[in-house]
Amino acid sequence: MTAQTTIAGALDRRLLMDRSVPGRVALTLPASDVPLQAAPSADLLRKGLDLPEISQLDMVRYFTNLSQLNFSIDTNFYPLGSCTMKYNPKINDEVASLPGFRDIHPNQPDEQVQGALRVMFELQHALGEITGLPGVSLAPLAGAQGEYAGLLIARAYHESRGDSARTVAIIPDSAHGTNPASAAMAGLEVVTVPSNAQGGVDVDALRKLADNRTAVFMLTLPSTLGLFEMNILEITKIIHDAGGLVYADGANLNALLGIVKIGELGFDICHSNLHKTFSTPHGGGGPGAGPVMVAARLAEFLPEPVVVREPAAAKSSLSATSHHGDAEPVEAHHGAKPYAFAYRLSRPPKSTGKISGFHGSFSILVRAYTYIRSMGRDGLRSAAENAIINANYIQAGLKDKYALAVDRYCMHETVLSAKRQHARGAAALDVAKRLLDYGIHAPTMYFPMIVEQALMVEPTESESKETLDNFIQVMRQIDDEIDRDPALLHDAPHDLPVSRMDEATAARKPYLRWQKSG
Amino acid sequence: MTTVNHPYIPSTDSERAEMLRAIGVRAFADLIPDIPREKRFPKLDLPEAEPEPVVAAAMAAIARQNVTPGEYACFLGAGAYRHYISAVCKAIVSRGEFLTAYTPYQPEAAQGSLQVAFEFQTMWCLLSEMEVANAGMYDGPTAFAEAALMACRLTQRQTVAVLDTVDERFVEVIRSYSSHKGIKIKIVDSHNPALPADAAALMVQNPNVYGAIEDLAAHSKTAHAVGALAVAHVNPTSLGMFKTPGESDIDICTAEGQPLGVPVSYGGSYVGLFSCKQAHIRQMPGRIVGRTTDTKGRTGYVLTLQTREQHIRRERATSNICTSTQLIGLMVTAYMATMGKSGIRQVAELCYQKAHYAAVEIARLPGYSLPVKGVYFHEFVVKCPRPVAETNRELLKRGIIGGYDLTRRIPNGMLLCVTETNTRQEIDALIAALREIGGAR
Repeated sequence: MTAQTTIAGALDRRLLMDRSVPGRVALTLPASDVPLQAAPSADLLRKGLDLPEISQLDMVRYFTNLSQLNFSIDTNFYPLGSCTMKYNPKINDEVASLPGFRDIHPNQPDEQVQGALRVMFELQHALGEITGLPGVSLAPLAGAQGEYAGLLIARAYHESRGDSARTVAIIPDSAHGTNPASAAMAGLEVVTVPSNAQGGVDVDALRKLADNRTAVFMLTLPSTLGLFEMNILEITKIIHDAGGLVYADGANLNALLGIVKIGELGFDICHSNLHKTFSTPHGGGGPGAGPVMVAARLAEFLPEPVVVREPAAAKSSLSATSHHGDAEPVEAHHGAKPYAFAYRLSRPPKSTGKISGFHGSFSILVRAYTYIRSMGRDGLRSAAENAIINANYIQAGLKDKYALAVDRYCMHETVLSAKRQHARGAAALDVAKRLLDYGIHAPTMYFPMIVEQALMVEPTESESKETLDNFIQVMRQIDDEIDRDPALLHDAPHDLPVSRMDEATAARKPYLRWQKSG
Repeated sequence: MTTVNHPYIPSTDSERAEMLRAIGVRAFADLIPDIPREKRFPKLDLPEAEPEPVVAAAMAAIARQNVTPGEYACFLGAGAYRHYISAVCKAIVSRGEFLTAYTPYQPEAAQGSLQVAFEFQTMWCLLSEMEVANAGMYDGPTAFAEAALMACRLTQRQTVAVLDTVDERFVEVIRSYSSHKGIKIKIVDSHNPALPADAAALMVQNPNVYGAIEDLAAHSKTAHAVGALAVAHVNPTSLGMFKTPGESDIDICTAEGQPLGVPVSYGGSYVGLFSCKQAHIRQMPGRIVGRTTDTKGRTGYVLTLQTREQHIRRERATSNICTSTQLIGLMVTAYMATMGKSGIRQVAELCYQKAHYAAVEIARLPGYSLPVKGVYFHEFVVKCPRPVAETNRELLKRGIIGGYDLTRRIPNGMLLCVTETNTRQEIDALIAALREIGGAR
């Protein structure tokens, strides 16, 4: 916080174009080393080109100073519910930047990129194992795209059976907004099922909605209320009996690692956000990766590519039954000798097709794979257990001051309601903004929408007891401040580079790029 | 309760016990009463945890199993391009404050990411000479597909005309994005594009699948004549030299951001660039950052126009996307800023010069020809005397990763790409190798 405060004092927020001085450069390139070629005719060429002219130091300083205006996991506790802001291990980034991963080209033939394909194959295996859904495609570039891919699979499955009247997606009222948005993109009609008083799906309502038009039921597990669905086996049975498929939004998979396999509960399809559960950096809002996992009978519909292994190849190292390290010879691949052809990209027989340019978010996939190896099977289960314990510890430490959306043990996150605080004059927003003053990132606010004044807190397994105790203490102190000095909340944050922003004007008069006038 | 100690999990056994006491339960299992007992704690067929030194060595060994461009001369393009990335860009991108932040929902705690996104929108507008841009999409092809959907929304029409010189891989992504919305795709002849009267858009790739420059202004006129929008998917590096989409009256412009400072990284993660005319912003998909002021009148940045988006509009949103691929956007921003006005131009000119040197020399080799007429930028098709896969295998033996196999369009057609990273020595080695390979039977 001190660094931010200091910088804010002398903050120069000018944009690069306003810092530009003609003639300055941040980089020079070597001159052309080939004979001069004929230029294209002038009418094909662009006229001016306005881009910044900045020295190298000024460039570095500009971006470094900007970075210090951010909260991040590396600098702050970041209990942003449903986003799983766990520690992003540094080794993952180092591995992703190895030349053998960073510099390989997506159009290289399979035999030249066996290492990359092995990583993808073994990651497919690991995700299939963790979810109990063995058909895996790593192609989706984000959770929302994984969802969309899953819905395309559901549609293709029904159509392949001549069951083309199934055009309804049933979605709980607590669902994340991408669920209905993805369903609409997949041409499905969205029907909402209400939640019951315990925060679960209203089973009777679901039974009435499930029929021969049901293509898919989309359920986030644990739910966006941070709860494990208490009637899960009954729910998957209702949908299956009606001939529909059950989709799991795996946004909250961190709570289930080694605790329960989604596939064994009757789910047919799920996606996983690798940037949540598998520790890849959120990057300020992407890139993510949203692999899609399906039951064996749906694997033929997966989007391409899927990595397959020829029978002759060595055993996977992401399997308990093989040795650690690398049995395969690595030096054989230099000097352009023939390759032991083992892994290849394939297109499943009834594939729903290509959903992005190449083979998925490879630099993210490598990080997730590295994480899984670092954690091992017991480490993954330990992550889930500690995440659940940490969330319940916070819930127990705050439930006398903040109402709970539902008073049950939670999974990896707890949804508080600031309705009592609201009645005393401070909204969830005010509490959240006041947290920023204490150097803690705000929880997810006003979501799920069915909870009044919601504050969704997800501590993750990465945080120490001291951090959790501090959070509890700060939240209690903020609650005290409401009666003592409400302006502390209403005007929060006080010490950050900016205070609350005029978002209404931003939307009414969009100012979306630098203009010459300044 | 497992007793695994792990560097990523701080709680000790005694702390866990203390926390369970505070919660009021005796054991972890008491916290998960709703999980069916018979389904709990399944066996995972995964190995034990590996300490960091072991993981690091294992991953380095796997990485070495790949044939790595850089160790080999590389002339592959077709959607992903090797360019020099400054140490400045790498240093900026590796800062944890950028890397480990999330979507800037709290603008007070995210002005760094937000100002970067505003710079990103600005510089992409300046480079493409378009009026407004969003903060980034997943990748180029998905941005192009989203542009098709946006054109359908804007025109209230359901047919998308795609030039036959657009890469069929892009067409497939458009199909994946549009098939269940009842949108029809019509491939049209690039020499004589006859658009259906109900076309929502004419989709153009520039340079096209052969590496050749399209007449964007003419395509815009064709589209506008039937009330359709002109959508161009461009190579951003080419804009350092060639006429821009903005100058050509293009309505929506998309690009693969990768050539602007993003490692090729086996095809991802990349970022899609998306810009359009001002009039269309409320139908634009994706995150948008805008400038505003705080309660004390200080300038700052926020996510804006969010009523288009899924978390508010749900099934009526412009798209289900909820990322701007911000980190890759930062790479692109740092690259454009570091290269600056002169660098962006110089990279384009170096690519052009070297590609043309290579093409002219290869065309002189016995058995090789350039079957595609027209102006090209840094990629061109060579018709080889032997099948492309065979030619590439021979090239690899000589330490060269050859071109992209375009046989599906041109028999024995190889799409070669030359950028500023290819030295004269590498190009001459390629020419000599092709001569040798072409002659051998």
